[in-house]
Amino acid sequence: MIAHALFFYFFSIIAIVSAIFVIASRNTVHAVFFLILDFISIACLFIMIGAEFLGMMMLIVYVGAVAVLFLFVVMLMNVTEQKLSWFRGSKKSNHIPTGLIVGSVILLELIIVVGGWKYRDTFSETKFLSFDKDFTNTHLIGNVMYTEYIHLFQISGIILLLAMIGAIVLTFRKREGIKTQSYFKQVSRERDDSVELIDVEFDKGVKLDD
Amino acid sequence: MIEIGLGHYLTLGAIIFSLGTLGIFLNRKNVIVILMSVELILLAVNINLVSFSIYLQDISGQIFTMLILTVAAAEAAIGLAIIVAYYRNKGSIRVEEIDEMKG
Repeated sequence: MIAHALFFYFFSIIAIVSAIFVIASRNTVHAVFFLILDFISIACLFIMIGAEFLGMMMLIVYVGAVAVLFLFVVMLMNVTEQKLSWFRGSKKSNHIPTGLIVGSVILLELIIVVGGWKYRDTFSETKFLSFDKDFTNTHLIGNVMYTEYIHLFQISGIILLLAMIGAIVLTFRKREGIKTQSYFKQVSRERDDSVELIDVEFDKGVKLDD
Repeated sequence: MIEIGLGHYLTLGAIIFSLGTLGIFLNRKNVIVILMSVELILLAVNINLVSFSIYLQDISGQIFTMLILTVAAAEAAIGLAIIVAYYRNKGSIRVEEIDEMKG
């Protein structure tokens, strides 16, 4: 129990501090690095409380794909040198007090919700579906995901396909003045279009390309 | 304090959620940081779902977490594509300069 508490506080403090650095750091590349740190520590928490498959999935999807995507975009766009500090902009902005109020109110509400949950009356008996100890976490997820939630699974596949097509459509651009192959033209070329028989008279020569 | 219960995990999720919200509002630099804040918010939701799933011994929460993971990846891809297209057109993604719609 003490080990659980120690690891929980360790990982959660790292997660919170790195979340603060994500929103506060001046350099965008550093922000992406702290985002990666945040994901990793949350994944460690997931693995610790027994959701191993999700923890590994978070590592693969977030750190392996999403964070690298962020890093690519940040480094390709040359925005890391915009070293404006946190609150300072070139224009005067009145979003900041509103944002502070909204953020602190949200935190307050969430704290109140947790408190109310802790001192609640028993509204209803929660059914404890106990995990079968013979199966691993991955096995359990697979059992449920491909039977009860198969439609949601397929819909999420469609969402990924849409995201892929959307990203390609948004960033694709036709460039002018670049010679490219036209496969359709190449394949559909026939002999009559390209070869011509010419009767050449004696001692006259041939004039091409007129 | 030593006994780690569901409340601890929910508090962690709440703190990270609020930090993500603050990041959206306080941001004056570029739009990418706003996208990262959205990722933080989705991460907080994932923490809540997984901790409820573990403490109520119900596997469905972890399935929903995987769906949120999918949607978050799709959102990051589309959002970054929009940002790249915008940067190509305007040459800047500073938040305070994006005001064509007078929002």
